[in-house]
Amino acid sequence: MRAAIAIAETNPRLRVAVVSKVYPMRSHTVSAEGGAAGVIAADDSLDEHAYDTISGGDWLCDQDAVDEFVKEAPQELLRLEHWGCPWSRTPEGRIAVRAFGGMQKKRTWFAADKTGFHMLHTLFQTSLKYTSVVRYDEWFVTKLLVDDGRVQGVVAIELMSGKIQPILAKAVILCTGGCGRVFPFTTNASIKTGDGMALAYAAGAPLKDMEFIQYHPTGLPFTGILITEAARAEGGWLLNKDGYRYLQDYNLGTPEPEPVLRSMELGPRDRLSQAFVKEVEKGRAIDGPYGAVVHLDLRHLGRQVIDAKIPFVRELCQKYQNIDPVKELIPVRPVIHYVMGGVHTDIDGATPLAGLYAAGEVACVSINGANRLGSNSLPELLVFGARAGRAAAEYASTQTDPNSSLLAQAEDERRRLERDFLHKTDGAERLATIRTEMQETMEQGAGIYRSGEGLTRAADRLRELQERFRNVAMQDSSRTFNTELTAVLELSFMLDVAESIVHCALRREESRGAHQRTDFTGRDDERFLAHSLNYRNSDGSSRVEYLPVTITRWLPGERVYGR
Amino acid sequence: MSERPTYTPFHPRWYRPPVSTWWWLKRPSSRAFILRELSSIFVAWFVVFFLLLVAAVGRGEAAYQEFLRWATNPGSVLINLVSLLFVVFHAVTWFNLAPRAMVVHIRGKRVPGKLIAASNYGAWVVTSILVAWIILAGSR
Amino acid sequence: MDDRITLRLARYRPEEEAEPTFEEYEVPCRKDWVVLDGLNYIKDQLDGTLSFRWSCRMGICGSCGMTVNGEPKLTCETFLTDYAPGPVRIEPLQNFPVIRDLIVEMTDFMQKLTTIKPWIVRDEERPLAEGEYRQTPDEMSEYMQYSMCINCMLCYAACPVYSLDPKFIGPAAIALAQRYNLDSRDEGSGERLDILSQHEGIWACTFVGECTEVCPKDVDPAGAIQRYKLDAALTSLKSFLLPWGAR
Repeated sequence: MRAAIAIAETNPRLRVAVVSKVYPMRSHTVSAEGGAAGVIAADDSLDEHAYDTISGGDWLCDQDAVDEFVKEAPQELLRLEHWGCPWSRTPEGRIAVRAFGGMQKKRTWFAADKTGFHMLHTLFQTSLKYTSVVRYDEWFVTKLLVDDGRVQGVVAIELMSGKIQPILAKAVILCTGGCGRVFPFTTNASIKTGDGMALAYAAGAPLKDMEFIQYHPTGLPFTGILITEAARAEGGWLLNKDGYRYLQDYNLGTPEPEPVLRSMELGPRDRLSQAFVKEVEKGRAIDGPYGAVVHLDLRHLGRQVIDAKIPFVRELCQKYQNIDPVKELIPVRPVIHYVMGGVHTDIDGATPLAGLYAAGEVACVSINGANRLGSNSLPELLVFGARAGRAAAEYASTQTDPNSSLLAQAEDERRRLERDFLHKTDGAERLATIRTEMQETMEQGAGIYRSGEGLTRAADRLRELQERFRNVAMQDSSRTFNTELTAVLELSFMLDVAESIVHCALRREESRGAHQRTDFTGRDDERFLAHSLNYRNSDGSSRVEYLPVTITRWLPGERVYGR
Repeated sequence: MSERPTYTPFHPRWYRPPVSTWWWLKRPSSRAFILRELSSIFVAWFVVFFLLLVAAVGRGEAAYQEFLRWATNPGSVLINLVSLLFVVFHAVTWFNLAPRAMVVHIRGKRVPGKLIAASNYGAWVVTSILVAWIILAGSR
Repeated sequence: MDDRITLRLARYRPEEEAEPTFEEYEVPCRKDWVVLDGLNYIKDQLDGTLSFRWSCRMGICGSCGMTVNGEPKLTCETFLTDYAPGPVRIEPLQNFPVIRDLIVEMTDFMQKLTTIKPWIVRDEERPLAEGEYRQTPDEMSEYMQYSMCINCMLCYAACPVYSLDPKFIGPAAIALAQRYNLDSRDEGSGERLDILSQHEGIWACTFVGECTEVCPKDVDPAGAIQRYKLDAALTSLKSFLLPWGAR
């Protein structure tokens, strides 16, 4: 939405099509709770935000991109304020900021604990103002149209009617978000199936740093509902089965009654998730109906603080888990939350494929490196959404109309969809079975801790699942809102993305940020201070290349928390 | 006899459920709503009744006595009793809803809804006492 | 723990049938399962042709509104155990055309949403260099409740006025207009009033109050509409009494 507004403002004569498989206000940004980082406090500086981001990302961030990001983030957040976003305020009526994991200063803007919801609705509602923005709501994109080395549109299914048709364009921006659904336990919504990544990959654009998958340390088991970091920022404790604040055993500082920035429960997400695995190994976790959990304790905060600062946390626990955090311990476990990697883009959101842009979680600029800090993703989608929008608008203004040969390509795609899925009568494999097996494979092989052996096994399993996918059974041949068709296409996207994750992870023989290898436990700056770029070869196989990280001012150091 | 539904692949045929005349019987809340809408007839009846009274008074003592005789026959009393129940129902639901429409600020603070409802009820009671007092004092 | 419950689902296949039929499926009835989990179980294990919308399963995306035993509900926060021993009747949201199975057509709402100008209207845009608008927590609390709408359409499904007159702009859209009107940063209430004081706007509402009853986010659209009526009446009264005064 931010990109669409940027295009409309850059060049009002360009016609913008927003193509989405769901209505815009259903997009998954809506679920973000905690906040958006942007420097405004008098005691804070852009350099400190940049340093926190880079050290949090274990020095895999491109520092020029981070510099731009921290500079533009407060501007973008302020612009959103002017568009009506209800940021929480100080008693004097100024923007209030809160502390967040991995950030040394208070710089996280928030709208109670529904920050993403308010940002998305503000953007969506503001976009209605621009008459040049035309929405294709509930259109499912199946393919990028590439001709003459440039991306010139997409093929999409209008779900309501089942019509499969091309939407030609001078430039395409992917804003499709992440791919958490390739894993079994995830905070991600059911729509987060890596569509944009798979589309770009299939069209020849490389995926970058796909091995870096962030676990959020505190999700509810079964539903994967996220308990925001704000619950810990306000003073929540993580306890093992003995009621012990176990993080003190993992070099994350000493327990204090009051929350301390970058220490204990406010350490970075990857460290917290890794500590959970160790606790499970030590047999100090609690056995629940959906596997091991630890407890998040908010009881000492009292009803008033909980209702004033983190009401949504209480609402979620009561409505979806039947637990009242005022009186009870919340069972939590690490859940897949965010993928740092994505479609390789430069600082303007441009991919190496002409005419193709990407912004948000689907893209990898990269400012998140090997581990994203909480509250950096919301400003990221604003900053790079706007940059991609402006860059795409300028590019589109110089382009000629799309070639007519694309229509033939689109026709081929329509025939493929009909032959392989809509008119398919044979097939024995159940869609949901393949999906579940893929998710289990990913959890076992590419979870919090990985090994060469486990990853190789996962790669083999995924190959096998790709084969079995060809034999998937289709029950639904209807044209009208065929959600089995979309589910099967999403599964094919997810299998591609899962393979990319495993391939990149297998080749990175080191431990860095969210990528932890049990067979290569140290960080290896000699060989791997570089981004993985995963390309698709013309024969369908994949290859991984490396691109050096851009380092400007901060040389790689040790990540230190809790001191 | 029923027609085969026409359907072309690219134009979905929507099903528009017909609205039954008795839709409001389905849910308790919509029954309450229709009762409330119905109560306006009885409110109107009281207005008519009052106008007839005024007209009778205007036409002199005889007409007034005639009106009183008519008003005290069991049929009229029954109608008025039912009307009273409906009007009370109307008033109570109205006062309960009033705080939602009226947002009053006193010195920058928003007055809580319960207080607004309470002051409405208070005003109602005071007015009723006032009217009762006028009538009772007048009859003595 | 592993009890079972029967779901009676409204199915509508436009290519084959002229009107909806009911089909029954038996699903596990677990303590932490909501209606939506039951539907997903059916889609994954029993019948892949069942169509419904869903996304976040945490009551914030607004996709999964359906009619459960006659009441409009978000199916992600409606526990199956509350309906034990069943059967549970699940139908698409009322008052909307049905596209297929449990999916309704809501383009109408999307168009109405644009007509009420749900964005900050300013005579003059404030430059970014001047920083944020000052807005105290009290000023925020004026409109905050009305900004919580997730566009789940339950209020339209519950509104008898909308069912009888589909031109009615409807609860969520009017509440959103009020959200912007009450925002101290906005100067567009006059423009919005011109649109909403038309017949299909606020005056079509007969204050049934059902929209507020069914709202999963406590937005209180009924309250918003009544407040709007009061404001509109006062505005027209003022312009009648003081025709020379600025509006």
